[in-house]
Amino acid sequence: MTTSAPVLPKLIGERVKRREDPRLVRGLGTYVDDLKVTGMRHVAFKRSDIAHGTIRKIDTSAAEKMDGVEAVFTGADIAKILAPMPIGTPFPSPPHYAVAADTVRYAGEPVALVVAADRYVAKDAADAIVVTYDPLPVVVDPEAAMEGKPGVIHKDFPNNLAVALVPSGTGVAPDFSKIDNTAVDKAFAEAEVKISQRMVNHRLVPNAMEPRGVLAHWEPGKETMTIWSSTQNPHILKTMIAAMNGLGQHQVRAIAPEVGGGFGAKINIYAEEYVCSVVSKKLGIPVKWIEDRTEAFVATTHGRDIIGYVDIAARKDGKVLGLKMRLIADIGAYNMLLTAAVPTLTMLMANGTYDIPAIRTTLTEVFTNKTPTDAYRGAGRPEATYFVERAMDMLARELNMDPAELRRKNFIKPNQFPYQTQMGAVYDSGDYEKTLDVALKAANWKGLIAERDKARKEGRLVGLGLAFYVEVCGLGPSSSLPTGGWEHGQVTIERDGRITATTGASPHGQGNETTFAQMLADQFSVPFEHVTILHGDTGIVKQGIGTFGSRSQAVAGTALHLAGAKVKKKMAQFAAAMLEASEDDIVFENGTIGVKGAPAKAKPFAAIAGYAYVPVPLPQGMEPGLSDEAFFEPANNTYPFGCHISMLEIDRETGEPTLVKLIAVDDAGNLINPLIVEGQIHGGLAQGIGQAMIEEAVYNDEGQLMTGSFMDYAMPRATDFPRFEMASTVTPTPVNPFGAKGVGEAGTLGSTPCIVSAAVDALSPFGVKHIDMMLRPEKLWKIINGGGRS
Amino acid sequence: MIPVAFDYQRATSVDDAIAKLTASGGKAIAGGHSLVPLMKLRLSEPGTLVDISKIPGLSGVKEAGGKIEIGATTTHAEIAGSKLLRDKCPILAEAAAEIGDPQVRNRGTIGGSLAHADPASDLPAVAIALDADIQIKGRSGARTVKAAAFFRGFYDVDLAAGELIVAVHVTPVRSAAYAKLHQRASHYAIVGAAVALDVKGGVIQSARVGLTGATTHAIRLAGVEKALAGKKADGVAAAVASAAGEAGDLNADLHASADYRKAMIPVFVKRAVERALARG
Ligand SMILES: Cc1cc2nc3c(=O)[nH]c(=O)nc-3n(C[C@H](O)[C@H](O)[C@H](O)COP(=O)(O)OP(=O)(O)OC[C@H]3O[C@@H](n4cnc5c(N)ncnc54)[C@H](O)[C@@H]3O)c2cc1C
Repeated sequence: MTTSAPVLPKLIGERVKRREDPRLVRGLGTYVDDLKVTGMRHVAFKRSDIAHGTIRKIDTSAAEKMDGVEAVFTGADIAKILAPMPIGTPFPSPPHYAVAADTVRYAGEPVALVVAADRYVAKDAADAIVVTYDPLPVVVDPEAAMEGKPGVIHKDFPNNLAVALVPSGTGVAPDFSKIDNTAVDKAFAEAEVKISQRMVNHRLVPNAMEPRGVLAHWEPGKETMTIWSSTQNPHILKTMIAAMNGLGQHQVRAIAPEVGGGFGAKINIYAEEYVCSVVSKKLGIPVKWIEDRTEAFVATTHGRDIIGYVDIAARKDGKVLGLKMRLIADIGAYNMLLTAAVPTLTMLMANGTYDIPAIRTTLTEVFTNKTPTDAYRGAGRPEATYFVERAMDMLARELNMDPAELRRKNFIKPNQFPYQTQMGAVYDSGDYEKTLDVALKAANWKGLIAERDKARKEGRLVGLGLAFYVEVCGLGPSSSLPTGGWEHGQVTIERDGRITATTGASPHGQGNETTFAQMLADQFSVPFEHVTILHGDTGIVKQGIGTFGSRSQAVAGTALHLAGAKVKKKMAQFAAAMLEASEDDIVFENGTIGVKGAPAKAKPFAAIAGYAYVPVPLPQGMEPGLSDEAFFEPANNTYPFGCHISMLEIDRETGEPTLVKLIAVDDAGNLINPLIVEGQIHGGLAQGIGQAMIEEAVYNDEGQLMTGSFMDYAMPRATDFPRFEMASTVTPTPVNPFGAKGVGEAGTLGSTPCIVSAAVDALSPFGVKHIDMMLRPEKLWKIINGGGRS
Repeated sequence: MIPVAFDYQRATSVDDAIAKLTASGGKAIAGGHSLVPLMKLRLSEPGTLVDISKIPGLSGVKEAGGKIEIGATTTHAEIAGSKLLRDKCPILAEAAAEIGDPQVRNRGTIGGSLAHADPASDLPAVAIALDADIQIKGRSGARTVKAAAFFRGFYDVDLAAGELIVAVHVTPVRSAAYAKLHQRASHYAIVGAAVALDVKGGVIQSARVGLTGATTHAIRLAGVEKALAGKKADGVAAAVASAAGEAGDLNADLHASADYRKAMIPVFVKRAVERALARG
C-alpha cells in the first residue's frame, strides 16, 4: 500500500481560525500588568479633580512620610528632568508638561506622582497629596471657546484656536496661496435645491478592554532603557523615549507585549510613558504604572467630537453640484501625537464616493478643558462619512428620491479610477455601483421598504437607513506620515526548516499572527504551523512603524511578502546546488523543494534549510544562512468602501430605538482571511452602532466627565445588536501585490449614518429632518411628542 | 479603582456573622456588586468585610406553607432560573433576569439588593408589589418588616447596624409582572414598575404596585392600586394615568429628565398591569 503525503491547502483566502485566540481566551496572554522585574516599584498619579485652574500649592508631606513610599514628584520636579511633550503633526502647539507644572487644563491631568513599594501604598500616598487650586473659567462649549469665552486656555492661542480656519478643496491652492471661490459659488448659485444642517459627531471614550500600562527599566550598568507598554507602535515609542531621555535609539528597547485593544487611543505616546522612563532613570530602579478604569476614562485620549456645518447644493434630478463643510473640532486641552491631524482626514474624505464638481471645507480646531482627543477607530473618516451621508440622506428626503438611487446618480464611475478628488486624494480603485447593487439585493431593499410601509400603517415607527462610505487606509506613502509610511518585515528560515518572521506592525486584535502566517505558508508551501510571526519588540523586530490606519495587511503584509521572496530566491539557489538543477527549475511544493519535471529528486524543505546552514560545500558566491528583510513603501493609500443598510424601530410610547436589521457589504479588496475580516467588521459595527445609539462622553459645565464609568457610559453588548448580515465585493487595489485594502476601521463608517438616517426615517411622520447622535430615548420621545425637532 | 486596606472575615453562620459585624464594626459583603464598586472608588471605606455569601443554608428558594422563602444570599441568577418561581411567582424570576448583565446576576444577591436599596434597583419594587416579608436578624433577635415599610429614603432602609436580612418571604402570585425602562449602560431601571393583581373573570379585584427608579427609593403607589380595583383591561390606561403624580418628586439625571420619567411612569405601570393580566 502506498500513501502519498497530504497536500497542503492554499491558505490565502481561507477562513483560518485565529491562532492568537486559544491563549487569549484561556487567560494565558502576558500583558504589561503580568510582568515583574526584580526591584520593581509602583507609580500612582495624583490627578487634577478640577478642569481648569492654577496650582497654588502642593503639599506632599503626608505622602512622603508613608511607609513604603520611595519618592514623590510634583510637576515642577518632573519639569527638571523632562521637557514638554512633543507632538507628531506640523501644527503649532502649546507646551504640554507630562505632569502639570503650574496650570491644570482638564480633570484627570496628572499633577504629581508617587513611587512606592506596591500599588496600594502608591495609591494611598497619591490620595494623601493635597493640592490647592485657584480655579479659572472652564471652557466647555467649543463654539463659545472660539470667541475666547469664558476664558482662554493657552496664552499664545487667542480664542482657543489650536488650528485657525484651514480651507481645503476646490479652488484652494495646496499652499493656501490662492483661494478661488468661483466654482463653489457657482455651484450654489445654480442649485435648484440646497440643504444646510449643523451636525454633531460627538465625543467617545475608546475603552480598550485592557487599560494602558507601562514598565520602564533603566539599567545603569548597561545604560539601556527597556520599556514595556500597552501601545500600538513600539518603534515610535522607542524613538520618542530615546529623544526625551537624551539617549541614542540604540540604547532603548520598547516592547508591546500582549495588548488588549487600542482602537487608535494607544498610538499616542503618553505622559505616563515618558514619566516612568525618566523616573526609572533618575532613581535607577524599574517602575511600573498600570492605568485603572477610572483613570482610563479621563487620561486616555478620546475620539471624534467634531461639529459639521454642512451645505449641499443639487439639481432637482438629484445631481449634486456642490458641498460645503465647515468643521469645528473640539480637541480638548492639548495637542497629542496625532490630535491635530485627525480632523484633517475628515476634510480629505469630504468627497465621499461622489463625483462632486465643487467642494469647500474649512477646519477650525479648538482647545477646551476636556481630555485631549486623538485617533479613534476610523479617525476622521467616520466623521466625514457621517456628514456627507447624512447630507445625502437629507437631500434624498427633500427630493423624495430613493436614497440608493440618489447615490447611484452621483457615484464616481469605475472608469474614472484612479480618481483625483477635489480634496487632493487619489482613490485607487472602486466599483461603487456593484457594491450598492449587492447590498440592495442582500438587504432585499424593496422588501424592506414594503415592510416599513406596512408597519407604518399599523402605527409603528419603523425606518430604513442606507449609507455608503469610502475610507483612506493602508497608510501610506511617507509623504503622509511624519514617521515615514513604510513597513518592515524579516523572514528567517531556521535550521530545521521552520519559519520565523518579524513584522513592524504591532497587532493588538487584528490577527496578523494568523494572516501573515497564512501568507508565508503559501509562499513557501509549508504547513501553517511551521510559521511564527513575531512582533511588538524593537529588540527583535529591527524596524517598524506600527499598527493604525488599517495598514497592517496592505503595508506590513507586503513587506513580509517581499522579504519572503528574497529568502525564497536564496533558498532556491541552495536547492539548485544541492539538487544539481537550474535555479529556474526549482519548485516549492507541499513541504518539499524539488525540480520541475523530476518529482523523485525532491528534498524536504528542512533538508535544504539545513544545508544552507551547514553548507558543505558552500556554493560559489553564496553566503550561508537564510534570512532577509524588506521595507515596503506603498505608492498610495488604499480606499476601501462599502454600503451599510439598517432597519430601526422606535417605541412610540418610550422613544426607545431598537436596531432590527443591519446589512453590511464591504469591499476591502482581496481578503487573506474572510473570517478575520468579518471579525474586524463586527467590531467596527459594534463601535459604530454604539456611537449612533448608546455611547456618548458627556461633560457638564464644570468640565467634569459625567459618563466616567461603565455605570453611565454604555459599552455595546451582543444583546444590543441584531445578527449582522454581511456580504462582500472584491475590487482589488493596484497599490500592493495582494490587492488588499484594509478593513480594521470600516465597520465604524457606514453603520453610524445609516442608523441615524433610519431613525430620521422612522420619525419622518413627525416632520423631523435630522437628529444628532446618540439616539437617546428621551430625545426621540420628545420628537414624537412634538418637541426637539431640527 | 484601588480600595483602602481592609480586613476580611468569613462568617460560618448568621450568628457568627452578627457577632463578627458587631465586634469589628464592619460591613457585610454578599455578592459585592454594590459594595465593591463603592470601595474601589473609595466612596465606602469599611475597615472589615464580613463575608456572608458562604453561610450554609442562607441561600436558596423553597416553598413552605403556601409561601415561598428566598434566602438572603440567593443570587439573581438563581432567582431568574428557579422553576418554582417561574411557575408560581414569575414576576420575581422575570425581574431578576433583567438585572444588569450575567456577571452581575451571578454574583449579586437579593439580600444585598434590598439592603443596599439603590434607588434604581429592581427587586425593591417587586418586593413591594408582592407585599414581601423581609426577615431580619440581629443581636437582639429576629424581626420581620413589610417591604413597603422597609424602604425609607435615599439609600435608607429599616436595618440597624449589625442586623442582617436573612430571608424574604412572599405569597406567590401568578398574575404579577415587572416592566422596566433600562438605563443602557448599567441596565438599572430608569423607571421600573412591579404589579401584582388579584384577577377574577378578567376583572381586577385588587392590585399592589411598586415603583422604582423614579424617586429617592422604591415606593408603593396606593392611589393607583385603588384606581385599578374593579377595572378590566380596557380601563387600565385611565387607572394608571395618575401614577406619576402620586410618585411625587422625581429623579433627574444624565439618562432621563424628571419630565421624561413622569411620562414613563404610567407607561410602565400600564405595561406591567397588562402583562400581569395576560398571566390570568
Ligand atoms: C454593572 C452593574 C449593573 C447592575 N445592574 C443592576 C440592575 O439592572 N438592577 C438592579 O437591581 N441591580 C443592579 N446592580 C446591583 C446588583 O443587583 C447588586 O448585586 C445588588 O444591588 C447588591 O447585592 P450584592 O449581593 O452584590 O450586595 P453587596 O454589594 O455585597 O452589598 C451591598 C450592601 O448591602 C449590604 N448587605 C448585603 N447583604 C446583606 C444582608 N443579607 N443583610 C444586610 N445587609 C446586607 C452590604 O453590607 C452592603 O452595604 C448592578 C450592579 C452592577 C455592578
